[in-house]
Amino acid sequence: MSLQRPVGSDHQLARLLQIGVVLEEVVEARADKHASVSADLDPAVERLLDHAAEESEQHRRALEELIAELDAETVPFDEIQTLVEAQYESDDEFDGVLYDQLCNEETAYKFYDDLIEAIETSETDFSIDRDRLLSTLERIRDEEADGVEEVTELMEERE
Amino acid sequence: MNTANQYLKAIYLVQEQEDGPASTGDVADMLEVSPASANEMIGKLEEQDLLEHEKYKGVDLTDEGIHRAREALQNYCIIERFLLEVLEVEEFRGEAKQLEGVIDETVAERLDTIIDREPQCPDCFDAEDDVCGLIELEAEASD
Repeated sequence: MSLQRPVGSDHQLARLLQIGVVLEEVVEARADKHASVSADLDPAVERLLDHAAEESEQHRRALEELIAELDAETVPFDEIQTLVEAQYESDDEFDGVLYDQLCNEETAYKFYDDLIEAIETSETDFSIDRDRLLSTLERIRDEEADGVEEVTELMEERE
Repeated sequence: MNTANQYLKAIYLVQEQEDGPASTGDVADMLEVSPASANEMIGKLEEQDLLEHEKYKGVDLTDEGIHRAREALQNYCIIERFLLEVLEVEEFRGEAKQLEGVIDETVAERLDTIIDREPQCPDCFDAEDDVCGLIELEAEASD
């Protein structure tokens, strides 16, 4: 057990980026699943889910490019999709579609925010360009923040 | 997981092992920090009513402290299981230790949606080996 410390190696960075990819894959798979099982979705919610799935795919592609430069691999999307399906079906207390989407966006935002902070406080010389790494993660984090706002607005409209 | 929660988890595990109060030395050892740092944080946690500290006796978590520690331990189990089951990391124990400071509770909750975790978690955690006891059993069963 060790106390909170900044990212200390390429290996650890790659591992954290892999987790980012999985989080994006979970968002994408859950958004797809919501859309497929809910027949009478409000068009605005449907658009939101489509947009979320699309954006997650773009995010994971960007993360995958970084991971490839670190000589690591990612978990294929279909594997995560299968895991999401398995747990989704057994989830009896599934919250509303929008609430779940809000959790997705908030979680992703928090993850990238913590990761950026950990990288910024690290003195490790990564084999990947630090500025490019940080600007990619910052862009993704900002898009997650926009996503939180969009879902919140939609939830408020429907209250 | 923030530093306070990591301390609460460590104190909880030492108390489990000792079946009584945890000495600040043991807590410092578990977290690989100096006794002075451990004392400072223990003081802060006491101010928040998360534990009681009696000199020469040790540290006892309050009910709220136990609740927070168990949540932190559960998050740690999620990270271990996620690394093993999804990313198939052989050295999942060592890597979970490295990552727990960067993986927030909300992130662990999301990772939890794609792993298999038993309802008794975190009671099955083996403090001595710093791993979910059921992971060991599952590994033996698949051998």
